[in-house]
Amino acid sequence: MAVALLIPFTFQLEPASGLILLGAAYTSTVAGGAVSAILLKIPGAPANIATTLDGHTMARKGHGAKALQLSFVSSAIGGVFGVLLLIFLTPVLAQWALAFGPSHLFWLAILGVTIIGSLDGSSVVKGLLSGCIGLWLATIGFDDIMGAQRFIFHDSLAGGINVIPALIGLFAIPQVINMFAKGRKRLDAEVLEVERHPVGDAIREVLRRGRALTIRTATGSIIGLIPGVGGQIAGLVAYDQSRKMSPEREKFGTGHSEGVIAAESANNATVGPSLVPLLPLSIPGSPTAAVLLGGLLIHGIFPGTDLFDNHPDVAWTFINSMLIGQILMCVFGLYIAGLAARVAQVPNAVMAAVVLALAIFGSYSVQTSMGDVYIMAALGTGMYFLERFGLSAAPLVLGLILGPIAEANFVQGSMIANATVGIGPYFFTGALNLTMIAVVVASIAYSVWMELRYRRFTTKEDAIEKEEALT
Amino acid sequence: MTDLPRSQHIVASGAVALVGITVAWISWTQESAAAFLFPRIISTVFVVLALWTFGKALIGKTKVGAGLSRNAILAILPGLAVMLVYVFWAAAALGVYTASTVAFFILLTLYDPAPHGEVRSWIKRVVITA
Repeated sequence: MAVALLIPFTFQLEPASGLILLGAAYTSTVAGGAVSAILLKIPGAPANIATTLDGHTMARKGHGAKALQLSFVSSAIGGVFGVLLLIFLTPVLAQWALAFGPSHLFWLAILGVTIIGSLDGSSVVKGLLSGCIGLWLATIGFDDIMGAQRFIFHDSLAGGINVIPALIGLFAIPQVINMFAKGRKRLDAEVLEVERHPVGDAIREVLRRGRALTIRTATGSIIGLIPGVGGQIAGLVAYDQSRKMSPEREKFGTGHSEGVIAAESANNATVGPSLVPLLPLSIPGSPTAAVLLGGLLIHGIFPGTDLFDNHPDVAWTFINSMLIGQILMCVFGLYIAGLAARVAQVPNAVMAAVVLALAIFGSYSVQTSMGDVYIMAALGTGMYFLERFGLSAAPLVLGLILGPIAEANFVQGSMIANATVGIGPYFFTGALNLTMIAVVVASIAYSVWMELRYRRFTTKEDAIEKEEALT
Repeated sequence: MTDLPRSQHIVASGAVALVGITVAWISWTQESAAAFLFPRIISTVFVVLALWTFGKALIGKTKVGAGLSRNAILAILPGLAVMLVYVFWAAAALGVYTASTVAFFILLTLYDPAPHGEVRSWIKRVVITA
């Protein structure tokens, strides 16, 4: 949500400066989510779920400051490793991207929607349905080639759905309504004692567990490279592996510092690698990467060969800034660790009102149009209710962002196909097309298999309880 | 567990299916065919997935989605009403800044856990809004 809310602030900035802001926010939200995970047992982001297991137990024992310091130091180390991977792998993939034609780019866009649609959530059909709704929303407005009106039910829709108000609405408004749903209750947080803890001790402890740190960081980076898998899986996998491989495995879950280090180094290590498929191939590796894709498109920059051929200064400034961002995030995180308990207890009523006002100002500022505000509010309110019934915002947003890319390449490919070999052979033959079709099918099949396994071991009540805990 | 979530699932997935059918109907009946080629493909997949979801909701097989409890609906309604009036009427009629201030104060009043009978809590709300 933070990245989506910041996008309007980048309009007046140079593309590189705007992307640095968004990249820093991406890095900081993954690491910053540990604050509420440790102090309130409420993960600030799905990536911080594993951090609650030992982090909150440490806080309850009075070691909240130590847990926060460990989380920020290990996040920075994991994050730096992940960004280095981004720096070294991106040029290789960028060269490979030159071989892509319209049919391949069409399948890539579909691949992006299906991978996130099928992995983000426990229902494949609902994930894909969300992606389809996003693809449909992207077709609203005037057709680029024929100029025909499509699905313009109201004047506000004549220009199509602008990505920024849509992003703000789909991510921020459901959070605002979630805060309304809590009613006039005070926060359930316990008043925790946060004792002072020397930063040097925390750094020494993280470095003393160097072997575990290296393995978890590598785990997070590899998982981050897989589009759609995300930080929450990296954090949980790394935590689980650490527990199984540690000689002190019985201490996990009782406030063990290695649990915090494993979860946080792994989840922040996914940040850099999640951009590896995005920058050269336009496949967002995570929902936040999808929002970053929106930020790139707003500045007229298209990921892929265009980014590295025509805007290498922007691309490399952005990538290198993420390296500095990790260090600054760690320094600032360590500074606020002692103050964090107060920050995490901002009342719901204030937070809801502030986020709503920011969402409206942000949407209005895109084109100084109330139409965008209406679209933002309508999409956001609708998304809240859809989320309560198992649909999720991430695939919908991806559909909205990748829809124009998919359609433009589909139309362009159809024209080439009609003039040459025909649509069937053009879109369904060739090694690259077949590989991508196979990956689309495999990702859906794998997700169906995972869903069936999940159902076998989970009752309906358990699933609902888990969802309510996460929202 | 009551039947409330199941009936909610039927209504929600039914509404999505209805949107899907409308989109597909428009896509397949509007001209020109070339301009609607991509929407036709998308809307067909959309309808198939929406009807599948609706069918599962009808037979009570939906496992994902917690629905909305009566308490949550009652808690949401006032805030949602303020938000919609703010966005769709007040922002244009009163101006964005005035409407934002008024909406901020009303939302704070509605959801602030501090008692409404105390002058001190009202002063605090005014100060936060300012």
